[in-house]
Amino acid sequence: MIAHAIFFYTFSIIAVVSAIMVTASKNTVHSVFFLILDFISISCLFIMIGAEFLGMIMLIVYVGAVAVLFLFVVMMLNVAQQKNQWFAGQSTSKHIPVGLIISTLIFFEIIIVIGGWKYKPEIFDINNSLANTSVSNTHSLGQILYTDYIHVFQISGMILLVAMIGAIVLTFRQRSGVKRQSYIKQISRERVEGVEVLEVQSNKGVKIDD
Amino acid sequence: MIDIGLGHYLTLGAVIFSIGVIGIFLNRKNIIVILMSIELILLAVNINLVAFSIYLGDLAGQVFTLFILTVAAAEAAIGLAIIVVYFRNSGTIRVEEIDKLKG
Repeated sequence: MIAHAIFFYTFSIIAVVSAIMVTASKNTVHSVFFLILDFISISCLFIMIGAEFLGMIMLIVYVGAVAVLFLFVVMMLNVAQQKNQWFAGQSTSKHIPVGLIISTLIFFEIIIVIGGWKYKPEIFDINNSLANTSVSNTHSLGQILYTDYIHVFQISGMILLVAMIGAIVLTFRQRSGVKRQSYIKQISRERVEGVEVLEVQSNKGVKIDD
Repeated sequence: MIDIGLGHYLTLGAVIFSIGVIGIFLNRKNIIVILMSIELILLAVNINLVAFSIYLGDLAGQVFTLFILTVAAAEAAIGLAIIVVYFRNSGTIRVEEIDKLKG
């Protein structure tokens, strides 16, 4: 129990501090790195709590794909070195009190909800049979993911397909003046178009470049 | 304090959610950081779902966390593509200078 507490506090403190640094860091590349650190510590928490499949998926999807995508876009757009203060100037400073009020309000609302849960302790032990089974987390997740949730699973595949096509369509740009290789033209080339037999008269030669 | 229960994980989710909201409101730099704040908010939602799923013994929460991961990845891809197109067209992605809609 002590080890659980130590690991929880370590990873959650790292997660919260790096989440603050994501929003407060001046350099955008640093923000992306802190986002990666945040995802790694949260996935460690998931693995520790017993959801090891989700922790690993989180590592693969977020750290491996999404964060690298962010990093790629930040470096491609060359906005990393914008040295702006992250608090606004005079013209935009009216957003700040509104933002602070709304976010503290949301925080206290969620805290109140958690406090309400604490006074209903009988809800927690409905059936805690999940941890005692011999089947691993990944196995049991797969057993219900491909049976009960198969339609949702396929719809999420469709969402990914739509996102892929959308990203390609958005960023695709037809450039003019680019020479491309055309396989159809190459394969369907006949001997008549390529080779010409000429009668060369002596002392006159042949003009090639016509 | 030593006994880590459901409340600890929910509090962690609340803290990260609030940091994400603060990041959206206070950000004056560029839109990419706002997208990262949205990722933080989705992460907080995932923490809540996984914590409830473990403590209530119901696997549906983890299945939905999986789908939230899918949707978050799709959203990040589309959002970054839109940002790339906008930067190509107007040359800036600073939040103050994106005012074509007169908002």
